[in-house]
Amino acid sequence: MSTRQTTSPDAGSVDAVETAVDAARESTTRAGGAGIPGPRPESPVAPVPPGPVTMAKALNAALADALAADAGVVVFGEDVGTLGGVFRITDGLAARFGTERCFDTPLAESGIAGMSVGMAINGMRPVIEMQFDAFAYPAFEQIASHVAKMRNRTRGAVAMPIVIRIPYAGGIGGVEHHCDSSEAYYAHTPGLKVVTPATVTDAYLLLRAAIDSDDPVIFMEPKKLYFAKDRVDLDALKEQYESGDGPRAALESGGAAVARTGTDATLIAYGPSLPTAMAAAAAAQEEGRSLEVVDVRTIVPFDDATVAASVAKTSRAVVITEETGFASVAAEITARVQQRCFHSLAAPVLRVTGFDIPYPAPKLEHHFLPSVDRILDAVDDLQWED
Amino acid sequence: MSEDTRTGITDAARSFGITPEDYMLPARDLIQMVDPEGRLLGAGPGPEPGHDYPVPADEDLLEAYRRLVVGRRINDQNSALVRQGRMAVYPSSHGQEACQVAVAACLEEGDWLFPTYRDTVAVISRGVPPVEAMTVFRGDWHGGYHPGKHKVGIQSTPLTTQLLHAVGAAHAARLRGEDTVVVALCGDGATSEGDFHEALNFAAVFHLPVIFFVQNNQYAISVPLARQTVAPSLAHKAVGYGMAGERVDGNDLVALLAVLERGVRLVRGGAGPLLVEAQTYRIQAHTNADDATRYREDAEVQEWLAKDPVKRMRSYLTGRGLLADELQARFEQEAEQVAAELRNGLNQEITPDPQDLFAHVYTVPTPQLDEQSAQLAEELIREEAS
Repeated sequence: MSTRQTTSPDAGSVDAVETAVDAARESTTRAGGAGIPGPRPESPVAPVPPGPVTMAKALNAALADALAADAGVVVFGEDVGTLGGVFRITDGLAARFGTERCFDTPLAESGIAGMSVGMAINGMRPVIEMQFDAFAYPAFEQIASHVAKMRNRTRGAVAMPIVIRIPYAGGIGGVEHHCDSSEAYYAHTPGLKVVTPATVTDAYLLLRAAIDSDDPVIFMEPKKLYFAKDRVDLDALKEQYESGDGPRAALESGGAAVARTGTDATLIAYGPSLPTAMAAAAAAQEEGRSLEVVDVRTIVPFDDATVAASVAKTSRAVVITEETGFASVAAEITARVQQRCFHSLAAPVLRVTGFDIPYPAPKLEHHFLPSVDRILDAVDDLQWED
Repeated sequence: MSEDTRTGITDAARSFGITPEDYMLPARDLIQMVDPEGRLLGAGPGPEPGHDYPVPADEDLLEAYRRLVVGRRINDQNSALVRQGRMAVYPSSHGQEACQVAVAACLEEGDWLFPTYRDTVAVISRGVPPVEAMTVFRGDWHGGYHPGKHKVGIQSTPLTTQLLHAVGAAHAARLRGEDTVVVALCGDGATSEGDFHEALNFAAVFHLPVIFFVQNNQYAISVPLARQTVAPSLAHKAVGYGMAGERVDGNDLVALLAVLERGVRLVRGGAGPLLVEAQTYRIQAHTNADDATRYREDAEVQEWLAKDPVKRMRSYLTGRGLLADELQARFEQEAEQVAAELRNGLNQEITPDPQDLFAHVYTVPTPQLDEQSAQLAEELIREEAS
């Protein structure tokens, strides 16, 4: 592998993240199979361009709009009421909708998840917050044994329209149990849908769709992108969501999007890794390589069609995720691409993931996280000379 | 403690002329109203204030006894069907039928019941058609009844998780302004699970109309109560959560009805949740796959057989002149009808449709499940052809 000295963004830096998110936003095409349309082109009659909006604000707006749209929606968890959540995602909801619609619970994650099951059985549409990825593990029995299986067990008589919001992944200099990429646990459990946004727009649209879904959705929020900004008009997004069915379709049959078009190789990423992949593609451009970037968005259901179409076109692929690589979502994606695109492939599909180790301490996490350099090294290894 | 919590408990305590602390503490002794020979117990040491239960109305006693006769027959019929090889397994509640039917008898139509896998008699007594209740044990699906239609949670094997579902169902009803009471069932072993703690604490903190009804049948498979707790009784655990607890002779249908009927009334009226421990005994092994002789003496079983709830209630009602031979014959005839229904239903050869495997995992099968369903369909065609 070559040693690179690119000016790649440090994954932990907010500026870098914003740069990468801007790159994602500025990409010309986001065309998925059943994907979500990208931001609308600005109307020529709109005199004021929309201001910068954080992903946290977009998630907050999605929750508020869902609460306003459906009296069955209730938001609860730890610190989500008065405080507005440790990341402020539920900020102002209790004040606006009352403490019956948005409330704090005792500190017990199995209790929160189990209570949401009972509320769903009795006709509500709970949106619950797990404060951190690793803090969701006490809820795992309720999630794996009931949230995921109740519909099947009752032959469709009991739906579980539950959204479990989980701030996940690292890059924030957090402690050991605040940085897990735990998506594979949920993706491995039939009955759950697993969704993760990488852009401000997708955060809003996918969360609205998750709340409207009659299937349970593990909604994984990349916490290092919470305060990444994009110029988004939330009112327009609301109107776009409520007048179309793109995001809902994405949750039914998979909704990957092409975040950047290219011709030489495909980078497949999602959530926290998307900005890194976008930055890598930008760096590769300078070296004369045209990389396409596919944003998975819905891990379950997985959008095989969009991913395979991209790889069939470029003949090469690198899968990039922050999780530990062994038995990971990246492993599954790699296998699926290999199987579907075997005859188009010029090189084995490679993976850039976290190492198979517990999440590192803050001063070491940059060695663990997929970086632009590591991605470009993998791209270099895609047998260009053969 | 929130204002309504304090008020609810204080009002209940005041109605009995005792302190809130005394209201929460169970009576010094087991609540027992009819002795094993079927004689109404006299005043004895004198009932404690707040724990003085009047004998329920005659028609309630007879109705409960009718359910009891049917319940015993259901257990014996199902055990016979297992011996005949019609079902792989049936966790019998033989010996616990008074608990099973009392709990069903005390609920209104709009109330909810959340049972364990051993509570089939309660489920049927609540109104679920017997064969639908037995589908899970027949083996063609994991559940056979519609929970919403009967207001009965679906039975499954995870321990104690259903207590939190009960909490959620009660909270959903509260948010809609309904005066629903929810009864959650569990056994003595389940009181060691974390979800027991979380459910009781949530119910108390949210001041929900839930009765936690613990059938202490002395064993969790092979492990005796002494290895689960050294608390004075399971009912005493209520105090730690700020709710009322009571312990009752679980083989005394009269006492069970008295305690549960009052409990339902108090809980519906806003007194907050209630923990009731019924001391009873699992006469048969855990399931047919278990060998109870490895962990308990026959003398102990004989001792409990002498306290049989069916025999006791029949003696009591006969002694009071409420149960003529003709009425007894009518109840037995009804029990035979239910037994015949079970035999007919469970002797049928049900051939489940393999395509149902994919039908209920999600609202709409994912593209991946469609592929797998097509694969199975093809295999079945090949299988049929060969």
